[in-house]
Amino acid sequence: MSQEKLEIGSTYALPKAEFDNLLARLKEKGFETLGAKVDHETLVYEPISALADLPQGYISEQKAGEFRLKKTHHKRYFDYIPGAHSWKQFLFPSRQELFTLHKNGDGWNTELPDVEQPKYAFIGVRGCELSAIQIQDGIFMREDFTDPTYAKRRQNLFILAVNCLHPAETCFCTSLKTGPKVSPGFDISLTELEDVFLLEIGSEIGRLVLQGLPLEASSAFLLQAAQKGLERAEKKIQRELDTSDLPDLMTKNLDHNHWQEIAERCLSCGNCTQVCPTCFCWDTVDTSDLLGKETKRERVWDSCFNPSYSYYAGGNTRPTISTRYRQWLTHKLGTWKEQYGTLGCVGCGRCIVWCPAGIDLTEEIPLFREEKS
Amino acid sequence: MTTRPTLAVHKFSSCDGCQLQILNMEDEILDLAEVIDIAYFLEATRDARPGPYTISMVEGSVTTEHEVERIKKIRQESTILISIGTCATAGGIQALRNVADADEYANIVYPNPEYLSYLKEASPISEYVDVDMELWGCPVNKKQLLEVIVALLQNRRPVLPQSSVCMECKQAGTICVLVSEGVPCLGPVTQAGCGAICPANGRGCFGCFGPQDGANTDSLSDILTDIERYPGETKRLYSNISNFAPAFYEATRKLTD
Repeated sequence: MSQEKLEIGSTYALPKAEFDNLLARLKEKGFETLGAKVDHETLVYEPISALADLPQGYISEQKAGEFRLKKTHHKRYFDYIPGAHSWKQFLFPSRQELFTLHKNGDGWNTELPDVEQPKYAFIGVRGCELSAIQIQDGIFMREDFTDPTYAKRRQNLFILAVNCLHPAETCFCTSLKTGPKVSPGFDISLTELEDVFLLEIGSEIGRLVLQGLPLEASSAFLLQAAQKGLERAEKKIQRELDTSDLPDLMTKNLDHNHWQEIAERCLSCGNCTQVCPTCFCWDTVDTSDLLGKETKRERVWDSCFNPSYSYYAGGNTRPTISTRYRQWLTHKLGTWKEQYGTLGCVGCGRCIVWCPAGIDLTEEIPLFREEKS
Repeated sequence: MTTRPTLAVHKFSSCDGCQLQILNMEDEILDLAEVIDIAYFLEATRDARPGPYTISMVEGSVTTEHEVERIKKIRQESTILISIGTCATAGGIQALRNVADADEYANIVYPNPEYLSYLKEASPISEYVDVDMELWGCPVNKKQLLEVIVALLQNRRPVLPQSSVCMECKQAGTICVLVSEGVPCLGPVTQAGCGAICPANGRGCFGCFGPQDGANTDSLSDILTDIERYPGETKRLYSNISNFAPAFYEATRKLTD
């Protein structure tokens, strides 16, 4: 197929065997390719260099408080649903140096960390995950303040998105309208069929990466197969989060007795906030050396579930688990809207799966609609 | 350099592992000796000088009458007293005798138990004297030891996490062994600070950094009891190295009833 015919917005078929050439293209253009890998019975996001690195034949069975990776007989590469890792860890690293001060006589010299930021290509971004990235864009790249690390990494970013054809039991993207089909914002979106990957071009860089690869025009038959797959996926998603009365349901029920009922199960361990692809709280931490010659300031992921999070001079404003859980959920599904224009949830289900207590917000939310006892 | 603060490291009933963590500061120990006068540290040097000391670090639990007298004297001689390690902060593994018959243990282990002199209970240092700071862990984390010394030298508050071990797993990218493999883990109720070493190596946390402040052990007990690989596994997990820490002691008691 001649190259000049490639167009943004069009869909092409790539034989699976050619996918490594696509990855090689990204490498040539300076991208570090990251994707899902099997590691110790689970899924992680790590550097990948070939299609063979992806979890071929695996599915991830997920329910509240439980994640199990299963090998199946099929040969597909993208049937898995992501695990605890999210793309957040690459754009907003869990620990990041802000600056280091070096003693110089009576004063201090400031050393800023390397301004060169890595150039990532995310392989396999799901619809919910792309929405989460877009939500964090609004947090870290505001008009009045832009986080330099995030912004640079984000500007450098290549997104190869994937339409979800095999959602997990914990997925509820349809309620938040973030999936299973990816919305615009990708460079390439991929739909996996039996023998080929259907690739839709979403940007100029996406077009350039594909140029010269042995693409076929996507036939009506292939497009229909992809469409059918997405329709099946959508039907498979049974979990629902009714958002019609959010954020008011949250902000008007601050004294509901259900907070206490949740607190009896909640461990306040913070897992939900760490796996959530939109949670963005951090702390700044200083460390210094014994000789007093150097001090370093770092930004570290924090969580509203940590006792120290709400500690101010004079005491802790959220001393109990119920007040901490309430802070989290009323922000995520309530005040977030006023702050950033959307809810803070994308329906990925991570907070349900990775909560050791299996607390499921889609089951808790309806209980706030019931009368307070 | 005559104004350097003095440091004393004392051993009580313990395995010496926490003192070794100080010696393990291979990159920092020379700097440490420069800014602080190591006045008493038998594990490191026979040059042992009498108190008073600016900082005393105490390893081990109190298990004999002799140790009761010693810790009182050390308290009097020390401006700042820091308990280091789970024996000193919670009694350690030897505190298991607090819920058993110590004499019976002695009869099983020793051919001539009549030569022994011991208390019925192994206790944390704070049981007998006021403690200014506690650093948990079996062993203590050397970065935390260093941070406390640096903070004291610089007259600032040390940065010590109060979060759960789960936070350290997630920040390191370690996948939850409890959720993904059903491995019993005390991480959700245990204080961070170790760097989540056990889950990073596929093991569940056994709570050596002690219970997190306000830990919801009731909920975790329910979760772990459901996935026990043998009856009583959850109880055994709590009654490990931090068994005598009040929250874990209470959790064990509830599982016993």
